[in-house]
Amino acid sequence: MSRPMTIAEKILAAHAGLDSVEPGQLVDVRVDMALGNDITAPISIEVFRKAGAKDVFDREKIALVADHFTPNKDIKSAEQVRMLREFAQEQAIVHFYEGGKVGVEHCLLPEKGIVLPGDVVIGADSHTCTYGALGAFATGVGSTDLAAAMITGRTWFKVPESIKIVYNGQLQPWVSGKDLILYTIGDIGVDGALYMAMEFTGPVIERLPMADRFTMSNMAIEAGGKAGLVNPDATTEEFVSGRAQRAYNVFTSDDDAQYARVIEYDCAEIEPQIAFPHLPENTVGISEVATVELDQVVIGSCTNGRIEDLAIAAAILEGRRVAEDLRLIVLPATPTIWAEALEKGFLKIFSDAGAVIGPPTCGPCLGGHMGVLAKGERALSTTNRNFVGRMGHPESELYLASPAIAAASAILGRIGSPEEL
Amino acid sequence: MKIRGKVWKFGDNIDTDAIIPARYLNTSDPKELARHCMEDADAEFPQKVTPGDIIVAGKNFGCGSSREHAPIALKAAGISCIIAPSFARIFYRNAFNMGLPIFESAEAAKEIEEGHEVEVDADSGIIKDLTTGKEMRAQPIPPFMQELIADGGLIEHILKKFQEK
Repeated sequence: MSRPMTIAEKILAAHAGLDSVEPGQLVDVRVDMALGNDITAPISIEVFRKAGAKDVFDREKIALVADHFTPNKDIKSAEQVRMLREFAQEQAIVHFYEGGKVGVEHCLLPEKGIVLPGDVVIGADSHTCTYGALGAFATGVGSTDLAAAMITGRTWFKVPESIKIVYNGQLQPWVSGKDLILYTIGDIGVDGALYMAMEFTGPVIERLPMADRFTMSNMAIEAGGKAGLVNPDATTEEFVSGRAQRAYNVFTSDDDAQYARVIEYDCAEIEPQIAFPHLPENTVGISEVATVELDQVVIGSCTNGRIEDLAIAAAILEGRRVAEDLRLIVLPATPTIWAEALEKGFLKIFSDAGAVIGPPTCGPCLGGHMGVLAKGERALSTTNRNFVGRMGHPESELYLASPAIAAASAILGRIGSPEEL
Repeated sequence: MKIRGKVWKFGDNIDTDAIIPARYLNTSDPKELARHCMEDADAEFPQKVTPGDIIVAGKNFGCGSSREHAPIALKAAGISCIIAPSFARIFYRNAFNMGLPIFESAEAAKEIEEGHEVEVDADSGIIKDLTTGKEMRAQPIPPFMQELIADGGLIEHILKKFQEK
């Protein structure tokens, strides 16, 4: 009888060919999907060549997604994408996305059923942890580690300790997965789960839709986490069925699994959260926010650019106008989400409200393009990081919140709640 | 392996956007990245830093993105090693993969001041502040990892091993 294990431990054990693993153990694991983007994959391709490799380990298990600076913002960015394209053609990589096919990677891959429950996924992008929402062990690595996996199909890990976070009670009005994860990061800090696997559990998580689960897992890295997992259930199964491009295995934590720490929250006490500059841990409840006037609001990204996020924003913006002198930028995260937002009339609502509707891109989230801030400007965004200079000038300010708060704030011209409308 | 250099100090949670802002990530050329290294934390840093200098920072150094450009920029700017109480995990792994030595020591991060001359002995893990004479301790870097660093990083190290065979 093997020791009781967490979902993270079970996935790593299965991929290492072991009956059981324990925290601290070094394991060599099989990788189900290895991901790179237009910023990180060029270095991996250089390393691939330098290492003298001729072929990738499996052309169906590598994803190259040119999402960060798409549509290519300048010559250098276009050259980086050309490098991905040529490599993808040479190696006959199945999952290569650019142009009208590209979406924000962490929305696109789950949507297409390319990443699945029980997988080990590594990505040269820190928000690879998003796929933990499906019950996968997914984590960010550097370009060199990605290159090694592209060649061998394997990588090594130290089995992380797990931290279990239990969400009890009922969600308050306008409180979403974004608020739960911001609240959690505010509580444990930006290094509160350093090196650890976070496991999101409890009755609130069991009732939470997939979109909110993705948002929570997405931001595990903002607490320093190696992964952020949700145990697969009927909600997961419903999302995955009809999308899965291959077979998968479902793992769930044993009831008597060992955790380094267990944290319980009563969600009745959690109101919509705002992360103030310049760290995601600088969170306060919306009721404590004084007047913070805004120049820009961004709705989109791998954190909150899904159709459910746009639906909330559209419901709030319908029949209303964005505040004078405020720029609202809406970026549906994938071409499918974009098309669905068009069909459902959300884009008309955003357009009537005075928003700029952009293509699927990471763009402004990392101060790349399509919504960069000037010196002294202040923005609220549904993205995941508010470090100094993250969305533009080092002397700009960025606040993080949910799509509901973002939409309401765009109308009010200052940080505010839909309750105020 | 002994590393000696002048110290630049930074605070807690120095993120990868501070180390190398994303607006410069349309290239991975080390020289170009070095020109903007740490500029959102200290705009003059790229001009002030000299080869061999050491960064002593607060906890969770390198948090944020997975960009390998961060250790590449620091190394190309001439930084010889980084001392901090803790490092974000992706940065930790990337730093060694790029051949940039890092040392975890809460004591050294607290005691050492900017401008001090510091010597780090990777074999013993002893960090000596030559300005004050005070000795502190970090985990030593094991011989295989020192060899990897001396070779210039993981890939260079593997290539050398292949050639030796």
